[in-house]
Amino acid sequence: MSNPLTRADVEHVAKLARLALSEEEVDQLTAQLGAILEHAADVAALDTSGVPPTSHPIALSNVLRPDEVRPSLERDAVLAMAPAEEDGRFRVPRILGEEA
Amino acid sequence: MRDGDGLVGRTAVELAELIRTGDVSAVEVTAAHLARIEALDGEVRSFLCVAGDSASAAAAEIDAARARGDELGPLAGVPVAVKDMFCTKDLPTTAGSRILEGWRPPYDSTVVARLRAAGAVVIGKTNLDEFAMGSSNENSGFFPAANPWDTTRVPGGSSGGSAAAVAARFAPLAIGTDTGGSIRQPASLCGVVGMRPTYGRVSRYGIVAYASSLDQAGPFGTTVADTALLLEAMWGYDPMDSTSIPSAPEPALARLEDGIAGLRVGVVQELTEVEGIQPEVRAAVDSARNLFEKAGAEVDIVSVPSVEYGLSAYYIIAPAEASSNLARYDGVRYGLRAEAPPGREFDVAAMNAATRERGFGAEVKRRIMLGTYALSAGYYDAYYGQAQRVRTLIIRDFARAYERFDVLLAPTSPTTAFELGAKTSDPLAMYLSDVCTIPTNLTGACAISVPAGLDGAGLPIGVQVLAPALGEAVLLRAARALEAGFAFTARPKLGEEAA
Repeated sequence: MSNPLTRADVEHVAKLARLALSEEEVDQLTAQLGAILEHAADVAALDTSGVPPTSHPIALSNVLRPDEVRPSLERDAVLAMAPAEEDGRFRVPRILGEEA
Repeated sequence: MRDGDGLVGRTAVELAELIRTGDVSAVEVTAAHLARIEALDGEVRSFLCVAGDSASAAAAEIDAARARGDELGPLAGVPVAVKDMFCTKDLPTTAGSRILEGWRPPYDSTVVARLRAAGAVVIGKTNLDEFAMGSSNENSGFFPAANPWDTTRVPGGSSGGSAAAVAARFAPLAIGTDTGGSIRQPASLCGVVGMRPTYGRVSRYGIVAYASSLDQAGPFGTTVADTALLLEAMWGYDPMDSTSIPSAPEPALARLEDGIAGLRVGVVQELTEVEGIQPEVRAAVDSARNLFEKAGAEVDIVSVPSVEYGLSAYYIIAPAEASSNLARYDGVRYGLRAEAPPGREFDVAAMNAATRERGFGAEVKRRIMLGTYALSAGYYDAYYGQAQRVRTLIIRDFARAYERFDVLLAPTSPTTAFELGAKTSDPLAMYLSDVCTIPTNLTGACAISVPAGLDGAGLPIGVQVLAPALGEAVLLRAARALEAGFAFTARPKLGEEAA
């Protein structure tokens, strides 16, 4: 049985998922994910025509609250755990393409 | 000399009463449990963080409140172990992952806030599979936990630490989360009671999200009564959780001893016949059936054919939702941030990718990858869309079963505790541990595991009772009847001298 996934697929998905996988991990995952997807293929075989999908098992709809301002988390408490912080904002490395 | 002067090994109901009447102090109770943890958790590794100072301070406050004549909450002075998926203000919360190592939340999860308001003493944060992904606690980003009944074996997962802590009597109560069976399966492997409430019954606010349509928090105890006591302190509407059920729950603890005469019990045929089921596990389900009949219930077999597809649907839906939930761990606002190697500068995308590569373990990466693929363009409908439709089929099958039956009976885990390392090389083999528990998460209903006895190797066997959504009262009543019949009083011999 051929693997539903190629190495190129796995590399593409890793990029989408923001995971800097090693070459070894790409190989392992190509095999493991392929095996899991094959196992999941029995789901694909079922006849589900006319069956609506379930996204929430206990359906509640239009859960709203009044549009009133309420206290939130203290900004200092939130920033206290930041890896890097400046002027009350989260500091990150440069975003690609921005002028220095 | 008796362990903890007889305070360790008492139920929560007993301890709460002793503290209320002033026979013992909350400080003594907490100290006794902390001493036991210190002496024996080295072998079990059920805790990632023992909250010695804050637990002692909380206990002292309970004693002061009692001395003032204040009214005490239902869990006043009772130690509770908290799975490290629940945000606890000022205590580290790691989700069992290096990516959150050292992180302290700026707020309490609703469940923890409610337990504190009920007077419970948070004694520590328990070990777990990373981001609740696993069935053995071997995926912990820190170290695996062990089963107190045999420390060469797993406690189950993902709430392995919570189950082990209660089994080892480090605390009479613990809380966990159950997305695919992660409360019930470790409860079964550790010989304690563990329950998964109806989806939306317990607030998910402040719980690290794994799969948002499947996650639910729930209680562990050594008895059904203790489990019900803890559940009632946890549950109820929370405006901070948009999936929280608005209506008030039907009381369960008060009706526990009402009996089950006339209760219609269905034994789920397909789950008693799963691949690899241990004969002693099947025998335990037969015993449960007999106990139900003796107690006045009507028992019959019921077929729920689509449970066969539960595992496959779950291992598309859960990873898909997880891939979305775990996108937030990117090194920007909290947790680990990877530094660029010397001589290289990161842009933010490279920082994200390096952070996640370093911070996440193998199983987490596997599920993120699987989920991302299942949701990606061109595959969404074939995988995730199809799994959601299969989910509807499973819900319909159970609804049909509940037209004829009030509760259902099944194994919890196909086997008793396996050895550490036995299943780590084959992810699919590990996933099979959840085949009996997963259907309840897909349907959003409630279920409980009750200890039935020990197998030939002295390892605990659990049986599972299932009820429809919002059926906690009948579920607990049925579980109480089984508990009374099984009369399971065995305890792990952790730390005891040979007789």
